[in-house]
Amino acid sequence: MAGYAISLQELTKDYSVGFWRPRPVRALNKVSLDVNTGEVLAYLGPNGAGKTTTLKLLMQLIYPTSGGAEILGRPVGDIDTKRRVGYLPELPYFYDNLTAEELLWYFGGLFGLSGPDAKRRAATLLDRVGLEAERRRRLRNYSKGMLQRVGLAEALINDPEVVFLDEPMSGLDPVGRRQIRELIQSLRDDGRTIVFSSHILSDAEALCTRVAIMAQGTLVAVGHLSDLEFKTLGWELVVTGSDTQALTSLGLDAVKQGQGGRFVVDVPVHRHPDELLPLLASEGFSIVALTPIHESLEDYFVRHVTRHASTAAGSHELNETPQTATSSPKR
Amino acid sequence: MTVVVRIAAHVFKESVRDKVLYNLVLFAVMLMAASYLIGQLSAGQDVKIIKDLGLAATQVFGLFIAVFIGIGLVSKEVERRSIYSLLSKPVRRHELILGKYAGLVLTLAVNITVMAMALYLVLGYMSWTETEEFKQNWETPATDPALLQALFLIFIQLMLVTAVALFFSTFSSPILSAVLTFGLYVVGHFNTDLRNFENIVDSQAVGILAGVVYYLLPNLAPFDVKAQVVHAQPISFGYMALTSGYAGAYIGALLLAAIFIFSRRDFK
Repeated sequence: MAGYAISLQELTKDYSVGFWRPRPVRALNKVSLDVNTGEVLAYLGPNGAGKTTTLKLLMQLIYPTSGGAEILGRPVGDIDTKRRVGYLPELPYFYDNLTAEELLWYFGGLFGLSGPDAKRRAATLLDRVGLEAERRRRLRNYSKGMLQRVGLAEALINDPEVVFLDEPMSGLDPVGRRQIRELIQSLRDDGRTIVFSSHILSDAEALCTRVAIMAQGTLVAVGHLSDLEFKTLGWELVVTGSDTQALTSLGLDAVKQGQGGRFVVDVPVHRHPDELLPLLASEGFSIVALTPIHESLEDYFVRHVTRHASTAAGSHELNETPQTATSSPKR
Repeated sequence: MTVVVRIAAHVFKESVRDKVLYNLVLFAVMLMAASYLIGQLSAGQDVKIIKDLGLAATQVFGLFIAVFIGIGLVSKEVERRSIYSLLSKPVRRHELILGKYAGLVLTLAVNITVMAMALYLVLGYMSWTETEEFKQNWETPATDPALLQALFLIFIQLMLVTAVALFFSTFSSPILSAVLTFGLYVVGHFNTDLRNFENIVDSQAVGILAGVVYYLLPNLAPFDVKAQVVHAQPISFGYMALTSGYAGAYIGALLLAAIFIFSRRDFK
């Protein structure tokens, strides 16, 4: 456990549901996960998968039913550790009667920043999230996307080593999303540890070094993008040769590309290149390129979540057998 | 301690920018000004009426401020989810409760000061415009410093009501907190009746229950010394100290209970 920026050990959370006869429902089921220092982890999952619950547990907004977690080697809730952590809640909301810069000064003060330091830091951050011109407007007049940006600035007011972002792109327009993506990239380049929950997979692909996929409170897959076993859907083959007749005779659909007898062929997954390449060579074709076509992260995500949902058979009660995907990052 | 002060300052800043607060204070000040006109209608009783109305306005509008802002201190933070950002900072949960309470008490102190100044201004104007002969009929001088005793006890009572509102606000919705706080405020003024309940009812169990409820609920009647002050009856320092001490103990117990509940609460 030592050395990890974040470590979850069989973290479990049950909620009571029902007024007259309350029964426990498991929101998070024995999740174990380690995140290395400087790593960007995308915490993925459909709505209700347990992403926000995990982040709330790490911020001690809720208490675990069992298991535990550490941030920077200290149990969650440790005040000194909180000074080194930033958190953006999902759909953040702040105080109507404060301006953006006053809000940041206030939160900066809670971190022990002096007045001038908090003001300097607030100005820098509001500029970074594109709200410099709006900094003296009351928050009640802010749009959802603007509040999201203020939330991001607020999460970074203490220059944190570890940043938790719950759906950071939520409510943002394309320009805003790009700005925030660049901001997260710069945080990553600074060597900060970032965990962000999302169901926008393109963000995960662009930003993260590892992904963890949650479904119904259980961690179903975790790993580096390069290590995840993406299904091979086929191959893209580029060849040069005389005509398409020979390709058709081999059962391949080809598209002519440019001049000079160059063809692009989509090879289906059941036609393995080991068997196909000698046949093409014997027909007089030269192989220019052969590229495997893998499923996207989105396909992978849907496949795992769907598979988990079918095995769990919709049951989410306490007696459910956990399927814990415990993983530590590559060191 | 710094965190508590910062949270208190924030509550004060948020409160003084709230339109509700301005409206309440403005209305109270207007009522005090109007009491001057009402006083003119009753020969010889004008000063008493102004004092009575002024103190009552301070109490009632102070109560509205205490309840309407007090109930939102925690429950609105939870409802609007701003609590997530706040508790993710290096803030202990008890510091949040104490900071919120201190902030509202500061707001109340400033508002009661404004209302007291308005009251003294009206009374001062009256004293300035009346003849010496007319003033001879007054039981006490218009700008009687004893009014400050009544104002102080109103403030202490409102501190207690604020603690009640904050306590309810840690585990219930704003509307429910308001209903419970107003309910307790009303019951608190008739609490003394419970003490003598066992002499009225036949059942010993009911008598004991009434006794328990008497000690459990806040007794707010002793804080109301308007009549004594207006009718020139002295209020001893011992009475003031004892009543303030009672409020201090009750506030302490309420804040401890609020911290106990709040520290264990999940913010889903």
